Amino acid sequence: MDYVLAALVGVFVSLGIYLLLSRSVIRMLIGMTVLGNGVNLLIFTAGRVTREVAPIVPAGLDAPAGPIANPLPQALILTAIVIGFSMFSFLLVLAFRAYKSLDADNTDTMRLAEPENAPQPPLSY
Amino acid sequence: MTELPQAMIETVTLAADWVLVLPIVLALLGAAALLVVRRSNNLPVLGAVLVIVAIIACEISLLLRVVSEGPLSMTMGKWLPPFGISLTADLFGAAFALAASVVTLVVVLYAEIDREGNDGRDGFHSMVLLLLAGVTGSFLTGDLFNLYVWFEVMLIASFGLIVSGGSPLQLDGAVKYGFLNFLATTLFLLALGLTYGLLGTLNMADIMRVAPEANRAAMTGIAALLLLAFGMKAAAFPVNAWLPASYHTPTPAVSALFAGLLTKVGAYALLRSLVAILPDSRDVLEPVLAVLAIATLVIAPLGAIAETHLRRAVGFFVIGGIGAILAGLSLPNVIGIAGAGIYIFHAILAMTALYMVVGLVEARTGASDTRQMGGLYAASAPLSILFFVLILAVAGVPPFLGFWPKLLLLEAGVVDAELGWVGSAMVVALVINAVLTLIAGTRLWSHIFWRNGPEGLPASGEPMALVAPTPRVRLAFGAVSVLVLGVVLIGLWPNPLIEVGQRAAADIVDPSRYVEAVGLAGVEP
Repeated sequence: MDYVLAALVGVFVSLGIYLLLSRSVIRMLIGMTVLGNGVNLLIFTAGRVTREVAPIVPAGLDAPAGPIANPLPQALILTAIVIGFSMFSFLLVLAFRAYKSLDADNTDTMRLAEPENAPQPPLSY
Repeated sequence: MTELPQAMIETVTLAADWVLVLPIVLALLGAAALLVVRRSNNLPVLGAVLVIVAIIACEISLLLRVVSEGPLSMTMGKWLPPFGISLTADLFGAAFALAASVVTLVVVLYAEIDREGNDGRDGFHSMVLLLLAGVTGSFLTGDLFNLYVWFEVMLIASFGLIVSGGSPLQLDGAVKYGFLNFLATTLFLLALGLTYGLLGTLNMADIMRVAPEANRAAMTGIAALLLLAFGMKAAAFPVNAWLPASYHTPTPAVSALFAGLLTKVGAYALLRSLVAILPDSRDVLEPVLAVLAIATLVIAPLGAIAETHLRRAVGFFVIGGIGAILAGLSLPNVIGIAGAGIYIFHAILAMTALYMVVGLVEARTGASDTRQMGGLYAASAPLSILFFVLILAVAGVPPFLGFWPKLLLLEAGVVDAELGWVGSAMVVALVINAVLTLIAGTRLWSHIFWRNGPEGLPASGEPMALVAPTPRVRLAFGAVSVLVLGVVLIGLWPNPLIEVGQRAAADIVDPSRYVEAVGLAGVEP
């Protein structure tokens, strides 16, 4: 199971990076999401996958009786999902606003902050 | 059944230990409170100033305590480390947090220039406090995942600040800034996941204990990922292109805040993760670090020489400063690390001040490109003095603050014969960087202040017509002058700073006091 998940992480991350190399802002955004989900899956896999044993200590005991699923990766992933989603939402709105006011969804034509044909630096001094 | 080891903290935390967490709590609560009163007239700025002064007071007492007693640690939620999340302040962390709050205070006063007639709907002061909370949290945390969370707090606040105003120029800059910084934190999270899978812990002190026994190749891979992620945050060559593309788009106050805080947090994270936490992997990566440092040191000031847009040119100085910090990381003796740390301290103060002075120049001339400026010296001599002092400080000319860390870095490159080519190459690169930065800076100074008038116009002999300073501009000028005076004074009496820096570096190179403060010394892994 771990091997399948690890391979899936690899697929997610490579797909995410491939999309991020695109010039289209929307494709980059989807790439960020796919990459982020790959990373979340990686944390999940890194915490060792255990089936069907909830991490609950039975009443009257100080420690669980046998091996249990690791609850920490789930806490980490939950945090990362919330953060990733808020960043995604912000970037989505930003991309939309940039598209409306710059009329560009291609990073090559988004040159307001760094104009093409910038003037030569002055030669005095 | 055997007796379980104790996993909970039963005692109540000492009231004095709260100085460690109070700066972050105050900033977060202050941000929330100011959001409530954002529409009222003067309340947001007054509230922000009061909160930041309280934070500075806490951080001064924290720094004094760390100086006298060594690193201080506090673990959240009653769980003993490494289960609970630790906040740990050592000398570098406490000093940088203090410097960050001081410059934030100055920036809040300075930002009043742009806030004439602003109804406060943008929540500027809330976002500044949120940014400060993220930066302070990053400096004071002792847990890698917690560091990731503070990075994201910082990132979302900076997103808000960079787009606030919403001009097309800002949107353009924000797209590049946003994507690359979000990618950097995602890569950091990737490295975190691998660290957890390999070591089973994310507490920094705990990683220091268990990392030497882990698979060396895998740890080096993680360290390389961290280098890429934090290098992107710090804008080190070759992943620096986002900085000159975005830092000049928001208002000068926001630019100044970003230049002083954000890249320095990335550099601090590199220092902490590579030198303190994973020193073995750093040794493997040393040639890479050295090449990156040399390339950043040499290429950044060349960019500044070729640039006519004033704030973009200053952005290249910020990148050059990151090169000096990377140089310290590739010279891993106590002197080199002290140099890198003091340089971060210097850069927090000087880069913020430089951006603010540049903002004043823009406010007085109404232009943002140096080709449309000239002859400002006759119109405003004090402004030209501030600019000149900061250029000298950034280039590292004695007796200003920037000179001392660079001197330490040069010494670190010379004294350690084991460093081989890295040491001598770094000395050469640092000197080249200083000379090129001086050329770029003085060229900017002569174009703005010294030549008779803007480019292409016949010299009329009359000083350039300036926008008359409003009371807000005077306030901003006063605030910046105080900060620059601080840079000059610390540069004239650098001994306490250098001594603190060397003690802090000793704790980074030999982290036993740090591990002991967290409470993990002697515990079997």
